[in-house]
Amino acid sequence: MEIHIFEKLWLGAALLLIVGFVATVAYGAVGAGVQMVDDSGGIVEPETIANGDYDATDQFREPGVYRTGEDQYEVYVVAQQFLFNPGTSEPIRVPAGSTVTLYVTSPDVIHGLKLVGTNVNTMVIPGQVAEATVRFDEAKTYGIICHEYCGSAHHTMAGQLVVVPEDQYNASASTMNVGPDAAPNANAAASVAPAAATAGTGDT
Amino acid sequence: MAHATRDETETGTAASFVSEDSETFVARFPDAARAVRVLFGIAFVALAGGGLFGVIQSLHRTGIYRGFMSSADYYTALTGHGVLMALVFTTFFITGFFKWAVTRSLGQRTVSTRFTWAWVATMTIGTLLATVAILGGLFDFIPASADVLYTFYAPMGAHPTFYIGAALLIVGSWGAGLDYFREFWNWRGDHPDERIPLQTFMTLTTMLMWYIATLGVAVEVVVFLIPWSLGLLAQVDPLLTRTLFWYFGHPVVYFWLLPAYVVWYTILPKLAGGRLFSDPLARIVFVLFLILSTPVGFHHQYVDPGVPEGFKFIAMTNTMFLLLPSLLTAFTVVASIEHGARQRGGEGRLGWLGALPWDNPAFVGCALAGLMFAAGGFSGMINAGMNINYLVHNTLWIPGHFHLTVGTAFALTAMAVSYWLVPQLTGKRLQLHGLAVVQPYLWFVGMTLMSNAMHRAGLASVPRRTAEPQYDQVAFEGVVGGIAEMRWQIAIGGVLLFVSLVAFLAVMLATWLGERGGQLRVNSDIPPALSGPEHSPVVLDNLRLWTLIAVVLVVLAYGLPLFDMVSSGGLFGPGSGPIPVWLSAWLPLPG
Repeated sequence: MEIHIFEKLWLGAALLLIVGFVATVAYGAVGAGVQMVDDSGGIVEPETIANGDYDATDQFREPGVYRTGEDQYEVYVVAQQFLFNPGTSEPIRVPAGSTVTLYVTSPDVIHGLKLVGTNVNTMVIPGQVAEATVRFDEAKTYGIICHEYCGSAHHTMAGQLVVVPEDQYNASASTMNVGPDAAPNANAAASVAPAAATAGTGDT
Repeated sequence: MAHATRDETETGTAASFVSEDSETFVARFPDAARAVRVLFGIAFVALAGGGLFGVIQSLHRTGIYRGFMSSADYYTALTGHGVLMALVFTTFFITGFFKWAVTRSLGQRTVSTRFTWAWVATMTIGTLLATVAILGGLFDFIPASADVLYTFYAPMGAHPTFYIGAALLIVGSWGAGLDYFREFWNWRGDHPDERIPLQTFMTLTTMLMWYIATLGVAVEVVVFLIPWSLGLLAQVDPLLTRTLFWYFGHPVVYFWLLPAYVVWYTILPKLAGGRLFSDPLARIVFVLFLILSTPVGFHHQYVDPGVPEGFKFIAMTNTMFLLLPSLLTAFTVVASIEHGARQRGGEGRLGWLGALPWDNPAFVGCALAGLMFAAGGFSGMINAGMNINYLVHNTLWIPGHFHLTVGTAFALTAMAVSYWLVPQLTGKRLQLHGLAVVQPYLWFVGMTLMSNAMHRAGLASVPRRTAEPQYDQVAFEGVVGGIAEMRWQIAIGGVLLFVSLVAFLAVMLATWLGERGGQLRVNSDIPPALSGPEHSPVVLDNLRLWTLIAVVLVVLAYGLPLFDMVSSGGLFGPGSGPIPVWLSAWLPLPG
């Protein structure tokens, strides 16, 4: 069978493009250190979360912000019909210059979590704990939206993550366990500043 | 009867082709023509319903007009739009189109009309059940609802009739595949040494892919969701069922796309005034799709917890290689069109474009669909990039992408080929020809407005699948252009698409109501390819071999991840019961 010379050239160019794409993704993973949300968060029975029985699992803690080291924080978020806890009724607060690992799960249906204007983006699946690590360099307020249809009031499911200037945060948040109730500086939530740049997932 | 004269056909300058079938399709194969007409009829009714929901959504979510329904009911409309368009319109049109393609290219009458009607009826009953369950969300007198969108992720639960209807639609489509194979085996008995005719080859490879792909959703629905919705199973694992869905959810897009490719390879070149460039290359492309379409589903789950990164990487690599057959198609189709244009007297480096029949609705629809598919292909390459997908996953970018692919590459091609095919199926001349000429252009403009704005809104993080993408706590900032301008483009684009759809349906209705006989204005000849199959390796026609390779790849891509999911938490856990609950209250069963 005869293959025209232009056809051969096109085939070669197409293969080059494909290999190039695969190479860029591989570079993103290895070079730039973009990690995928994966199975590292472990599993937890949805019922455990629904009952608030956080002592019964090693994979999840009472929703809130936890300081785990110098500039290191863990945030446990429950996404449920139709709010983020914490996030909706009170913003999640973390200091600028910190590395934050989000742990998110759902007691009911599938949700999504996206930090608007960034590449922080995960599905929230009942039974699974989504884990995503983010570094926040600047003080800024990010919107959080649920991006997976989760029921008749899905469009109301949103919240905020407020990155507070470091000095203001440390003033009253020096304890190891900072729940959302203890979060400082209520003024930081006053205005919503849309974010244009990416926050950079996994570049720890 | 119904001979088309030279100046009445769309291939006026190509009269040198010898006409083998001197009669129309309906005269030669009345049984097959009747089945295809019924399948197309149901497909077009679904298209009308889906289109109505679509225009309501485009006005509602942009906030231009929200008076049609409440935001809670929006999700019923969204489910209806997705199911009617992506599952019902596609499946009915495709099974009908393939019935025509197999019958025409083998040149033989239907082996068993009774069997054909059996699968048509199964698909129709399934569609009715699912549609009634969905409409229950809008009408109180229907004691059911299925506000679960066309992806029906557990633990969100629909009424059992929805799942049973979906299962019947799929089982019916399996019957369609068997029907084509029976035709083929019958033909093979009389033609033991011949190459498989190209359209039949394309149909069979597509259906083999479809059998492999639908296995996932069949297990999801029959083993898990139906018993679960009936209260026979207390819980299902949301991640496992979702993975089974996406095992099916990506190859299904090739089930939509490949019939469009059949049109672009075998009919479009002739509409352009020429013939297909290379028959062997077309076969290679379809074999690649059979092999590569299924082991890629995890690229819809790049940001799913519970799926190890390595499996996502394998799916990403497979997905990128799946670009190859589409890129090859782009070359062959454009080359074939150019060949046609030069046959018509076109000259120059780009001047030949002017020689194409831009007043033939069938040609225009296919050509514009192909052009938009190129744009959709590029946004698809971005989706496939595992890390950049973080930016666009579940944003409005995604529907922006697939309205170019299934919503135009498939849908506009289907409408365009109907202008050519329906007269042959009915023996009636196409009516409202002027409207038919305008319709594809209108679709193109509407989709350009809607899709570009959806892509850009996605970059600004505006989510998909929501009635009101406006929040007190969140502000979106357009990266290219402003949010208000995007909303208007989406709404105006949606309205134009709806007008275009109404124009198409009006042409079909007028044709259907028209008189039989007279000149059909279409010429059913399909000239053989410039480079025929005779010099290509016979192994290309070895369907068993390609199927085997496809299955091996699927096992490699899915064996370990599925084993992983089942071994962590069992077959049904970590799991949940249905939300909302439909039947477990009155079924005295464990749960």
